[in-house]
Amino acid sequence: MAKITYITKSGETFEYEATSGNLMELAVKNKVPGIDGDCGGVCSCATCHVHVAPEFYGKLDAPSEIESDMLEFDDNVSEYSRLCCQIPVSDLVDGIKVEVAN
Amino acid sequence: MEKRTSDKTCVIIGASHAGANCVMELRKQGWQGRIILIDADAHIPYHRPPLSKAYLSMDDGADFNPLFDKERYREEDITLKLGHTVTSVDSGSRSIILDDGTSISYDALVLATGASALIPPIEGLSACDKVRVLRNAADAKAIQSDFKAAKNKRVVVIGGGYIGLETAASLKKMGGDVRVLEREERILARVAPRELAQFFQKLHTENGVRIHTGVSVRKVRETSEGITVICTDGSTYKADFILVGTGVRPNVFLAEQMGADLENGIKVNDQLQTAVEGVWAIGDVAQFYHPRYKKWMRLESVQNAVDQAKVVASNITGSPKVYDALPWFWSDQFHVKLQMVGLSAGYTDLVVRTETDREDCFSIWYFKNNELLAVDAVNNGKAFVLGTKFVKNKTLVDKKKLGDSTIPFKPNVLMKKESNVD
Repeated sequence: MAKITYITKSGETFEYEATSGNLMELAVKNKVPGIDGDCGGVCSCATCHVHVAPEFYGKLDAPSEIESDMLEFDDNVSEYSRLCCQIPVSDLVDGIKVEVAN
Repeated sequence: MEKRTSDKTCVIIGASHAGANCVMELRKQGWQGRIILIDADAHIPYHRPPLSKAYLSMDDGADFNPLFDKERYREEDITLKLGHTVTSVDSGSRSIILDDGTSISYDALVLATGASALIPPIEGLSACDKVRVLRNAADAKAIQSDFKAAKNKRVVVIGGGYIGLETAASLKKMGGDVRVLEREERILARVAPRELAQFFQKLHTENGVRIHTGVSVRKVRETSEGITVICTDGSTYKADFILVGTGVRPNVFLAEQMGADLENGIKVNDQLQTAVEGVWAIGDVAQFYHPRYKKWMRLESVQNAVDQAKVVASNITGSPKVYDALPWFWSDQFHVKLQMVGLSAGYTDLVVRTETDREDCFSIWYFKNNELLAVDAVNNGKAFVLGTKFVKNKTLVDKKKLGDSTIPFKPNVLMKKESNVD
């Protein structure tokens, strides 16, 4: 069981607990504004861009080449940017906070 | 929120990307009345692109990735009528009749009826019971079970378009002996330029898929020994089953009954309204006028389905919007991700940009004189994202710099400075 917190552009906070799937699916399921996941999680659309809290960023597996590519020129990119369809729910991310980028 | 729609009913026929997103958007945008979503497919609406990819190698019993969980439909108070077909519509009394005889009245009706695979008129093809297409979950299951049962794992794919090639790649990865027969002189003939087609032909060949171009199938013969595909040039190929990927036909049956305008799909205005009062059409079935391109078109893509769902919901809930979204697509084959943005039709020249420090990483930029129309990016998310911005903003691009791999791929470098304009 992992607790995931999303903070939207307007400053709203959404907290959920989950055991499987990824952070995009969890957000879409709960209608977190700003996360669409149009491509279904195959890293094709960049509609699930988040900024991961710095203390958690390093704990995640490094982004793949295609994910880094997609992020490089996306709006509001930062050194903590990720496409959250590429972050699986696991004990590793228990307590993670992510800010929705767009 | 106003409650003016609370005693009204919106019926959506077709529950794939367009229909399912439409019902969620209707709620989001304030529709307070009944919402009824109907589809012949009994599955909870699911993502379709993986049908030709991950779903084919999926374990038995695993489920198709839903667009929205079952609970979500309950929470949003959506009535699902899955596993039902609509047998008739009456636009005068604004009602539809389901296959079980139920009559449903509507105030607004959205046709998201999609398209069906075309089976070309080839002798013996429709009679052969080992011929598959790929549009829905049942099709994917059928291909999977044919593949499992196939003694020699021989698959002949008729049609070298995206569906055919993606499926060929997936079946090859699963250990198939796969052949693609394409009638045109090259694969992707109607949808991609020569440069891209050559790349994909090489990719498939290197991965062991045999591609035959300029080959027309004359006849299909099925015996107890298996299937023989006979081509007009005399070549013959043995197969355990055949996959046909030769295009689609929009499902316009209901629209026709209502007297809607039809022309390669259901004709809608720029707000996605059909010629019939209270009836809208979205997704693969809709023939719409795109103000950006100043022409009529019908697009078969997730982007088009999802974005039209949002616009139609806005129009039905009383906030008029015109549909003018920038089209984008993707295709995954072997280790290659192709992402496309814009429409390249009518281009006058193209620039191929190769990233020499990476394998199989390039992009094709289509121009109509100085205007950037579209970008196809191969394993190159940077080109896709930057291309999207440039096309959207009508940015002037320096073609010489773009085509020179030694010049860094950076927005401010590639943008044409006013003083440099030829």
